[in-house]
Amino acid sequence: MLKNKDLLGLKDCTAEEIYEILDTAEQMKKLLNSDCKQSDMLRGKALVTLFYENSTRTRSSFELAAKYLGASEVNISVATSSVQKGETLIDTGETLDAMNVDYIVIRHPMAGAPKLLSEHVKASVLNGGDGMHEHPTQALLDMFTVREKYGKIEGLKIAILGDIKHSRVAMSNLFGLKKLGAEVYMYAPATMMPKDIDKLGAHIAKSREEAVEGADAVMGLRIQLERQHGGLFPSLSEYAKYYGVNDAVLKYAKKDAIVLHPGPVNRGVELTPQVIDGEKSLILEQVKNGVAVRMALLKLLGEYREAHL
Amino acid sequence: MKLLIKNGVIVTPNGEKKSDLLIENDKISRIAPAIDEKCKTVDASGKHVLAGLIDMHVHLREPGFEGKEDIESGCKAAVKGGVTQVCCMPNTNPVNDNAVVTTYIKHRANEVNLCKVNPVGCITKGQEGESLSDIGKMKSAGIVAISDDGKSVDNSLIMRLAMEYANGFNLKCLCHCEDKKLVDGGVVNEGYNSTLAGLKGSPRAAEDIMIARDIALSESLDIPVHICHVSTYSGVELIRNAKKRGVKVTAETCPHYFILTDDIITSYDTNTKVNPPVREDRDRQAIIAGLKDGTLDCIVTDHAPHSQKDKQVEYNLAAFGISGIETSFALSYTYLVKTGIMSLQELSKKMSKNPANILSLDGGEIKEGAVADITIVDLNKKYTIDGNKFVSKGKNTPFNGYEVFGEVNYTIVDGEIKYADGGK
Repeated sequence: MLKNKDLLGLKDCTAEEIYEILDTAEQMKKLLNSDCKQSDMLRGKALVTLFYENSTRTRSSFELAAKYLGASEVNISVATSSVQKGETLIDTGETLDAMNVDYIVIRHPMAGAPKLLSEHVKASVLNGGDGMHEHPTQALLDMFTVREKYGKIEGLKIAILGDIKHSRVAMSNLFGLKKLGAEVYMYAPATMMPKDIDKLGAHIAKSREEAVEGADAVMGLRIQLERQHGGLFPSLSEYAKYYGVNDAVLKYAKKDAIVLHPGPVNRGVELTPQVIDGEKSLILEQVKNGVAVRMALLKLLGEYREAHL
Repeated sequence: MKLLIKNGVIVTPNGEKKSDLLIENDKISRIAPAIDEKCKTVDASGKHVLAGLIDMHVHLREPGFEGKEDIESGCKAAVKGGVTQVCCMPNTNPVNDNAVVTTYIKHRANEVNLCKVNPVGCITKGQEGESLSDIGKMKSAGIVAISDDGKSVDNSLIMRLAMEYANGFNLKCLCHCEDKKLVDGGVVNEGYNSTLAGLKGSPRAAEDIMIARDIALSESLDIPVHICHVSTYSGVELIRNAKKRGVKVTAETCPHYFILTDDIITSYDTNTKVNPPVREDRDRQAIIAGLKDGTLDCIVTDHAPHSQKDKQVEYNLAAFGISGIETSFALSYTYLVKTGIMSLQELSKKMSKNPANILSLDGGEIKEGAVADITIVDLNKKYTIDGNKFVSKGKNTPFNGYEVFGEVNYTIVDGEIKYADGGK
């Protein structure tokens, strides 16, 4: 049983909760892979996706997860530009709450927005990514993918390369992977490395090779072209040359290491096309696992709601 | 009009002494062990009698932002906090960059008639950093200093010209030190906690660069300058070294910089959002050391009241600022004197005599013949801070629930009781 009505981040989840989510996601993946991927587990429940930022996969993944489990769902898109002049987040949340929704999935450009929302609604709030803070469902699907391959997470070495500083995916993975006993190595240009990340348990590698050496999984992070205003690195080609993941870099990893990326990939920047389409790449499997993980979360939070609300 | 304060412990820079104090009109006329006078009498038994507090950095918000605070509510809050004089920053709407706005503020303050209100004028027209505001005319209308508080004057040439021109009117620049380009939208201190919270951080260097620049201008022009709300250990060091060289620099800090660290920001409580941001323990310790050794001359509040709608939003969107004028004495006393870091006399200097000296204000000391601005406090009275009980319109405090000592019982301005327990 999860301990909270909301999933705001992995920082505040226990290892037991994470294992419970991953175990439940295994059952969900069976449903997802079956001929009739339909359950009435969440019949009569309603989910709203409230997105203040663009998204393709996270949003459709949540929508399909809800549909496969029999819940109704509605999308609300709010242009980021209208955040400041439009309705406040609290008012929007209270409005949705008045419609008796059970789940609100929020993506927001500002850290802490899901927490603020959760404090003002009865619905369960799922963080679909908030600023540079957390993206817990992405990290859970990454961990699910790693565990599916290795049967465990404890003792593995995971290398994360890319724009760590602006990456909520990196943060959630760091929290989650450390809780389950993995070692996390990070490498990025210094302009893309957040301050004191080592104090959160990450190993800051001095080179790409050091980060990847002996790794069980290598994760590339998207260069958030839209979140930058220049100056973090000189050019995409220079980034690819010194910080990208290519076959030569992957030679340092374990022989059967896997390659992950939260997508969408800037082909030829974070990863070379050969790596994206190569045999180590589990990028599409991650997408499938994302639906399973989100189904599991809706189920588990639904059980929490039955028990506590 | 006479007012007698009986049996209090009078605090002066030379020490504490139990004594009576007689006020005639707006002046302290006698200080003696036992004064018998048939007139209005305040019993100060068991209490301490301090020179009236002077807060040289507050935002009264009027004109223009009366939803956050106005001159009346701000002055009520001031006297409740024991403050007899405030200097109000010019980032109102319209900004105080001309004598008309200065005159309006002085006029409203006279109508309100609680504490003394000393307006601070803008350095540049519209606080836009480009051309000098009507510094001389504002001086004639009553400003006591100039500042573009809330922003730095980015253009070093304009800053130089402002310092030179204002010096001709015996006005100091109060420097809000912030390299905005380097802040780059940061809302908290850059460090472990900004990484943990995923909130954009602002490095110490953003503050230090401007402190260093303004010290450099002061040194090369030989014109005094005052640094506002110092929050970094490295900023303290810059000021300490400059003072050692004889640069005419003075500096202030606020209770939140010597009490809080950025551990509090991970709650996303927008009451913790302030500019400059609260930093790390290393900074907090250095601020305390700077206060102790005189590097930091005074304690101000940067009282920045905001309405609920300015704060009940996402952290990034929330307004910067802490409503601090009602808690500054108790917090300072509790965290600096109770802890043994400094004496009550030293604290009293930081909160009245030193600001008076920096801005050449009348007040700041208790002696016969001095202006009768007096704050009477009960140092043994313990209470719990509750922002909802503030008389300021701004209830935004990160100190809710803090237990503090040092309740203000009376605030006397020009010999008149402007605040007595319960707001009488």
